[in-house]
Amino acid sequence: MVIGLGHYLTVSAILFVLGVLGIFLNRKNIIIILMSIELILLAVNINLVAFSSFLNDMAGQIFAMFVLTVAAGEAAIGLAILVIYFRNRGSIAVDDVNMMKG
Amino acid sequence: MIQALAFYLFASITVIAGMMVISAKNPVHSVLWLILAFFNAAGLFVLLGAEFLAMILVIVYVGAVAVLFLFVVMMLDINFEELRKGFYTYLPFGLLVGAVLLGELAIVGLGWVTSDHAASLSRMPAPANVTNTQALGQILYTKYVYVFQASGLILLTAMIGAIVLTHRTRGGVRKQNIGEQNMRQPSDATALVHVQSGEGL
Repeated sequence: MVIGLGHYLTVSAILFVLGVLGIFLNRKNIIIILMSIELILLAVNINLVAFSSFLNDMAGQIFAMFVLTVAAGEAAIGLAILVIYFRNRGSIAVDDVNMMKG
Repeated sequence: MIQALAFYLFASITVIAGMMVISAKNPVHSVLWLILAFFNAAGLFVLLGAEFLAMILVIVYVGAVAVLFLFVVMMLDINFEELRKGFYTYLPFGLLVGAVLLGELAIVGLGWVTSDHAASLSRMPAPANVTNTQALGQILYTKYVYVFQASGLILLTAMIGAIVLTHRTRGGVRKQNIGEQNMRQPSDATALVHVQSGEGL
């Protein structure tokens, strides 16, 4: 029983779909939406690393590192916006975000 | 054999943890499941031979990002029951979109073949007799040095942005202002009053 590239791609595809599904199911809870985005980026990373490993090309791992960097920055900014939004409105319901203008 | 066993263990726990992240009632539990998913993804990375990225995943994601999520979830006093409304109304549509997406990915995956020349087309083959960390460093600090600097700038921007966004000047707080203290003159603080004897102030 040899574990090939397809196995890893299957895992990453399932994780990606779970992330998209999480965005749909928890449309009101922005914290879970941010976590779903992290899941999606994790799936992308698994994809990149799997290809990098099976094609013996280090570029994939380099780009996985950059994806990690951007994901960390995105989480920090997203949570900061969440905190000020909560401070202003007292809730984090995404439905009310159209009030944010101005 | 042991590799296949390890793969199925890590992969199944990753997928189950991913499911629990999006379906847990309590966001704190969601974060904890997310941490489990990251740990098992790190296990998958180790199986793939990307040890450095596995350790980075544990340190950066579990140690920093997930804990940041945990702090925010626990800091904000939110009625999560209210936010869970609509979970089941969106469920059929979400499942439909998910099924379509998974089907498309499956079609791509099944119809996709690796070229025989793929190995020879590799842009940056991993050097032999070198650890994964050293191989990454040899490429990252030479060929991708500008991109590396740019990613550092992204992190700096994120840090400054987060501080600027969440910083607020709170009223009613007494703080020491050293500049003001040093600029203070005797004439600002004291007044010489000539008091007539027997009259008082």
